[in-house]
Amino acid sequence: MRFAGAIAAVLLIANTAFAAEIPQAERRSGYDFMKPDTKAMQDEDTANPGMLWVLDGEALWKRKAGTANKACADCHDDARTSMKGVAARYPALDKATGRPIDLEQRINSCRTNHQQATPLPFESRELLALTAFVARQSQGARIETGADPQLAPFIAKGRELYMQRQGQLNLGCANCHDDNWDKRLAGSAITQGHPTGYPLYRLEWQSLGSLQRRLRACITGIRAQAYDYGAPELVELELYLMSRARGMPMDAPAVRP
Amino acid sequence: MASALINVPAKAKRGDIIEIKTLMSHIMETGYRHTASGEVVPRNIITGFTCRFNGNEIFRADLFPAFAANPFITFFTTATESGKFEFEWIGDQGFSETASASIMVE
Repeated sequence: MRFAGAIAAVLLIANTAFAAEIPQAERRSGYDFMKPDTKAMQDEDTANPGMLWVLDGEALWKRKAGTANKACADCHDDARTSMKGVAARYPALDKATGRPIDLEQRINSCRTNHQQATPLPFESRELLALTAFVARQSQGARIETGADPQLAPFIAKGRELYMQRQGQLNLGCANCHDDNWDKRLAGSAITQGHPTGYPLYRLEWQSLGSLQRRLRACITGIRAQAYDYGAPELVELELYLMSRARGMPMDAPAVRP
Repeated sequence: MASALINVPAKAKRGDIIEIKTLMSHIMETGYRHTASGEVVPRNIITGFTCRFNGNEIFRADLFPAFAANPFITFFTTATESGKFEFEWIGDQGFSETASASIMVE
């Protein structure tokens, strides 16, 4: 009897540990959950407020900065060709540190190392603008994040955090975004949590925001202590989510409710 | 930094009803919010929008604190002749921006 009980317990644990991942064919971007008017807002460049940041980013791309007095364009030239598909591969492995870094961190590492300028603060207008401008060049590109085998241990860590129950509500990301994405929470679609459109304009924020901001908001929502901006845990989570969305088309700068 | 995004059809037939779309970058701070230390965040909104066509005013709007950030204003007009639309936004703290767009009417 005790033996049977042990088996049942093991099965139960196995069942939660391998909570149904979303089959490839059923994956849906946050865009698919939106109402037609919000979709229309995203689809038209002159109606999409995210394009205001993209325009800012284009100006910053050409502006010289730092003691090196170099602009992004001085090394990378025209972003339309040099940055095409780049955002679809981030977070990527940073060879200097051997750790994954996201697009914002890559921009700041370029600023510090090559422009010899001060890094831009997370969620500052300038950093969001540059990120949006770079991400925009990948619009329609399929997400390839996680192709580098050296990233595997970090993806695994991110997945662990995704599955981990935490906070006063004792919820993991998977409890909503894998198990209940077809339902609603307080009238809003739960969605599958594929980060195809970051940085994106959230109507709730009245602003553009990064994936880290979104993750921090979600973590606060389950009443857990949010990681600081740039924390390795957040980057690993970003990495897992992007590799989970592999093959889906990018739509940055997206609009979301 | 960037300010306005304008969408005006480049060409139209005389008598066509055309849609004009404008998006202006602005935080639209209501003046009703407080900081963590209890001080009021001063109101900073766009208060007025005007559109002129070949010098004549064809559309005007007053804006209030309930407007969302980055106001998106669209309206319709009839294409009568070729010319230039001039847009103007004015607001608190000396805010003033302009933009323009041309149309060919055949």
